[in-house]
Amino acid sequence: MVTRYVGQPIRRTEDLRLVTGAGRYTDDIGGGDHALEAAFVRSPHAHARIADIDVTDALDVEGVVAIYTYEDLEGAAARPLPVLIPHPALHAARTAYPLANGVVHHVGEPIAMVVAENRYLAEDAVARIRVDYEILAPVVGIDAARAAQHAVHDDVPDNIAAHLVQQVGSVGPAMAAAPHVLEFDLTIERSCSMPLEGRGVHARWDVDDQSLRVYSSTQAATSVRAAIAAKLGLSLTKVEVIAPDVGGGFGVKIMHPWPEEIVVPMAAIRLGRPVKWTEDRREHFVSSAHERGQQHHVTVGFDDTGKILALDVTFWHDNGAYTPYGIICPIVTSTQLLGPYKPGAYRVEFCSVYTTTVIVTPYRGAGRPQGVFAMERTMDRIADALGMDRTTVRAVNMIQPDEFPFDQGLIFQDGRPLIYDSGNYPAQLAMIKDMIGWDGFEAQRAEAAEHGRLLGIGIGCYVEGTGPGPYEGAHVQVMTDGRVEVAIGLTSQGQGHQTVFAQIVADELGVPFDSVHITTGDTRRFGYAVGTFASRAAVMSGSAVALAARAVKAKALRVASDALECSADDLELISGVVSVKGNPTACIPLGQVAVLSNPLRYAFDEAAQAATQFARPADPNVPPVAEDDEPGLEGREYYSPPRSTFASGMHAAIVEIDPDTSEISIEKYCVVHDCGTLINPMIVRGQVHGGVAQGIGGALYETLAYDEHGQLLNASFMDFLMPYATEMPDRIEIGHQETPSPLNPLGIKGAGEAGVIPVSAVIASAVEDAVGFRIDAMPISPNILFGLRVEFAAGRVEPTAVGRARSDHADRKGMA
Amino acid sequence: MSIPKDNTGSPAVIVADGAEPTYDVTLTVNGVHRVARVPARRTLSDFLRHDLQLTGTHVGCEHGVCGACTVLLDGAPVRSCLTFAVSVDGHSVTTIEGIAGSTGGAGAAVLSPVQQAFRECHALQCGFCTPGFITTITAGLVELPNPTRADAVDMIAGNLCRCTGYQNIVDAVLRAAELTRERGER
Amino acid sequence: MKPAPFAWHGPESVGEAIAVLAEYGPEAKVLAGGQSLIPLLAMRLAAPAHLVDINRIVALDDVTVTAAGVTVGALARHTRVEKDPAAAIAQPLLPQALRLVAHPTIRNRGTTVGSLAHADPAGELTAVLALTGGTVTAASVRGERVISAADFFLGPLESALAADELAIRAFFPGLTAGSGSSFVEIARRHGDYALCGVGAIAELDDGGGLRALRCGYLSVSETPLVLDLTDAWSAGEQHAAELARAAVDPVTDIHASAGYRRQLAAVLTVRAARQAISTARAREVAA
Repeated sequence: MVTRYVGQPIRRTEDLRLVTGAGRYTDDIGGGDHALEAAFVRSPHAHARIADIDVTDALDVEGVVAIYTYEDLEGAAARPLPVLIPHPALHAARTAYPLANGVVHHVGEPIAMVVAENRYLAEDAVARIRVDYEILAPVVGIDAARAAQHAVHDDVPDNIAAHLVQQVGSVGPAMAAAPHVLEFDLTIERSCSMPLEGRGVHARWDVDDQSLRVYSSTQAATSVRAAIAAKLGLSLTKVEVIAPDVGGGFGVKIMHPWPEEIVVPMAAIRLGRPVKWTEDRREHFVSSAHERGQQHHVTVGFDDTGKILALDVTFWHDNGAYTPYGIICPIVTSTQLLGPYKPGAYRVEFCSVYTTTVIVTPYRGAGRPQGVFAMERTMDRIADALGMDRTTVRAVNMIQPDEFPFDQGLIFQDGRPLIYDSGNYPAQLAMIKDMIGWDGFEAQRAEAAEHGRLLGIGIGCYVEGTGPGPYEGAHVQVMTDGRVEVAIGLTSQGQGHQTVFAQIVADELGVPFDSVHITTGDTRRFGYAVGTFASRAAVMSGSAVALAARAVKAKALRVASDALECSADDLELISGVVSVKGNPTACIPLGQVAVLSNPLRYAFDEAAQAATQFARPADPNVPPVAEDDEPGLEGREYYSPPRSTFASGMHAAIVEIDPDTSEISIEKYCVVHDCGTLINPMIVRGQVHGGVAQGIGGALYETLAYDEHGQLLNASFMDFLMPYATEMPDRIEIGHQETPSPLNPLGIKGAGEAGVIPVSAVIASAVEDAVGFRIDAMPISPNILFGLRVEFAAGRVEPTAVGRARSDHADRKGMA
Repeated sequence: MSIPKDNTGSPAVIVADGAEPTYDVTLTVNGVHRVARVPARRTLSDFLRHDLQLTGTHVGCEHGVCGACTVLLDGAPVRSCLTFAVSVDGHSVTTIEGIAGSTGGAGAAVLSPVQQAFRECHALQCGFCTPGFITTITAGLVELPNPTRADAVDMIAGNLCRCTGYQNIVDAVLRAAELTRERGER
Repeated sequence: MKPAPFAWHGPESVGEAIAVLAEYGPEAKVLAGGQSLIPLLAMRLAAPAHLVDINRIVALDDVTVTAAGVTVGALARHTRVEKDPAAAIAQPLLPQALRLVAHPTIRNRGTTVGSLAHADPAGELTAVLALTGGTVTAASVRGERVISAADFFLGPLESALAADELAIRAFFPGLTAGSGSSFVEIARRHGDYALCGVGAIAELDDGGGLRALRCGYLSVSETPLVLDLTDAWSAGEQHAAELARAAVDPVTDIHASAGYRRQLAAVLTVRAARQAISTARAREVAA
């Protein structure tokens, strides 16, 4: 019986280490090396010119070793940080200097670095550094950015970093001809990834070797390596970057290079001692990255069946003070807004605007939640206008199963056509309706209303382009003892990569699961990679390890066939043993095949000695290593996709509103999702749970509150409200659908962001259903809902048609 | 000399002459007598992680909200980031490293019921919050060996996790209670 | 986020502690549980030159229950007070309020008297002291004095303790016979500071009617507010609710508007009062 690992809920390899406290996160690295520690002077002002920096008093602090400002940066390090993903529409990209060069553009921007014997002393020194500022006008919020009374960057007077229009079909005429037109505004507030482990860097310069080793809590080790080499003038071959255990990323750690990733290694080189930096929570709030803040203006034209004939969306994206990551998020919003639907004509226009706030880079969902919010609120509005069921309107607009591949006619975030490869949206809709009890809900609501309880039901649908390229690679090597060492270039932050990729290798190669060891995010082991983001790891690295494992298997069978004097077709590789089909006694353990694959055969160990029994006399007329061959039993393969592959899903929720306190509780939450082939269903479920939790946080609790001076008012866990277990619904019910991707060898689609994408839309839909008036802004809290209900009761907020009908009905029944 | 306030609101820092005074802090950590010389402001979390090289306890916020730093002080869960090492001199601390039944060499550790349950229930992803949960639940199950699901939620209500969404952690509490009963019965 | 340096003192008796405070009072802070103080130190929002760490004064780790009520020593942790069976009988408001203070892990270290000295109008214990008419005893080299709740809370985070005084105990009068209590609050997340909280004490007369109803409020005024709602409640629950809505003086912050806090004060007044009355009736039946 051949064990198949893919598809099984295999327990994670990582866990033994992590549940015993033996994880090695960046701040754990280098225990005995007495690394110096860095702390930063960070701007307390949102916008200011630096007139003077006086470090005199700081130098008196015992244990301070060095203090750096912009003046101390040299060469490429003294130039602005890179724009990682340029785009023609990003006409006014601006980035920061690793240490501020004369002007600061947000609270938290680093100005000076203190390096001291420990963090306590470094912070003491930071407190003593006196900076004289000339305060400049802050620009906070999209409205202020658009009004452009003040400019964030002097040479960008309108505060617009990018402007992009994409369209398919002719929206103008289609809108004019539409029987019904609605126009409305939507707002989503800022939130952020907020992993439990912040950023961290540990840098060590080897004087003997003249080489640099950097540990960073990053999602993109290979890219950080390239950036450090470029900025510090080092050869790539003299820089290694390792992402050790990372305590969550959720997107914020894909951004690179952080200023600290440049200046901390710089200090290590100059001081000849290891230097580390572990950001504290406040630093993370004010100097990492945020996301989500957008304002949308939607115009939609539709017919009597609810079919969208024309959709015109204009939105403003708050990108914060700089644009190092380019405009990926608003591009994702623009394209993923379409969801599982096919509007007749679509036009989307966005301006990405500067504000004197923390930069905006992808956070799980990366612009999709905003797009989904816009589209799903639109669907609900159409349903309300026509008196139709909200799921019927969605069904009318859905791409049908026989329409794949479906070309939406736009360019996606990966620069490639937005073509949905596979999916079955009507089947998902049927499943989610069944799970949540959609059809029977009105009766449930009415019964609750008789007891004074306010219930509402909501739904949200999304499509997610996953696994964008350009590539990922994997190296698979069979060791002489039979162990299989696998290295992939991208990184891990809790997704169970050491487990899932071992499952694939075990299946593809034919070895026991426990014999496979996966290394991720270590440039010493694999040098070309893109990174972990956009729900791409399983698709990209999963495909790469499969291809590499297959290559190794093919070579193993060839080498073994030579030793066993048969054809490779007669051989099979099962549980780490190559044997002749039907004759199991004619076999070679894979480790010995590895020995045989290397013509240089010093008998170092038992495995090498044992392998000599299979050695055949070499042909003296032929080179020991053939022209197209290599020594060793290893394979290195890359997977480069033609384009992204499209996962999809639908969520539904039932909420209850406390009529007295306006508290919102989630009574039931259901998820249906399709991520193609599941490598490990237990891990996928975990990803969905976690994503939904972040989605609920974003829908009901999390916002980043800037005041008009650009001060972040809630820069701590006391006031930035991430949900505890008590804020979650009892259970999140998950239904799976699998439409395998035709684009990669295993049929995988990404699952990392599935849980978070539609949650704000779903909760808004459900709350609106409960209260009978429009919910156009998220997040919503009891406080905000109370305010809206007061306005509604005073007649200053319009009811939905459904809400009006219900209250008319209640009036008639004398229940109002 | 006077030091002007900067706009972050930090009051004047004391100008110390010479190095900061240090104290020999003695703790019994995971059953082992440990001593280290530290300033008074050294938090227990930093003392464990940096002075004793026990890096299993993690620091997520340094203001007492996330719970990643939770250790057992004389058997009761406390936030080690909100405790100065010098304040608890002479007391006994259990960290994540002391939770397993025994450490018989690499891979031979006998996992405690809580650790085993975490593995079975996929109650961790990145693992950063996990030590704080495990110590909290270990103490919680001593106090309440047969929790209901609602009890289990309450037991973990003070610890943040950003990865799992908590559902599997709640499952792990109940599974750990079950495993404890099984092990006790054998 | 590391605290600024401070001179640390570890007195082992009250006498030693107040001697240190006598010398350094204005530049010193007292450290008991540290659950409120240490975050302030870590964020460098406070940087006292001296820290008087009373964690060694074991004599202060005491809970004493008499017929008059519950006396809590300065080092008694919230958990100890919360779980004290005799205290729970004498003054049920204590466990009712304490179980809402943050999370058990915080309560294992934080002290009840420390909470009072911190004088946070969002603190549950400040409301309980005010509602029960309790006292705080302060010690200094000048002697001891007993400060009533009404005189103890001067403003947000400002108590009547002088710079050289150490709060050594608090006294919570017990619940009288024929009375019941309750404590309810609404927070964004379980364990967060409440957006609004209400404690209630209801006293029944011999006939089972309501003799007195008093409610104490948190998070809706600068100092703990206590309202006598006896007459209002007799006129109807909503009268009491509206009286509370008008009497509280909340601020608007990023978590809640003043209007929303007023709404919660009204709603929670009714909920707390109902529960207190029903508890009083149950105690009566049991007695």
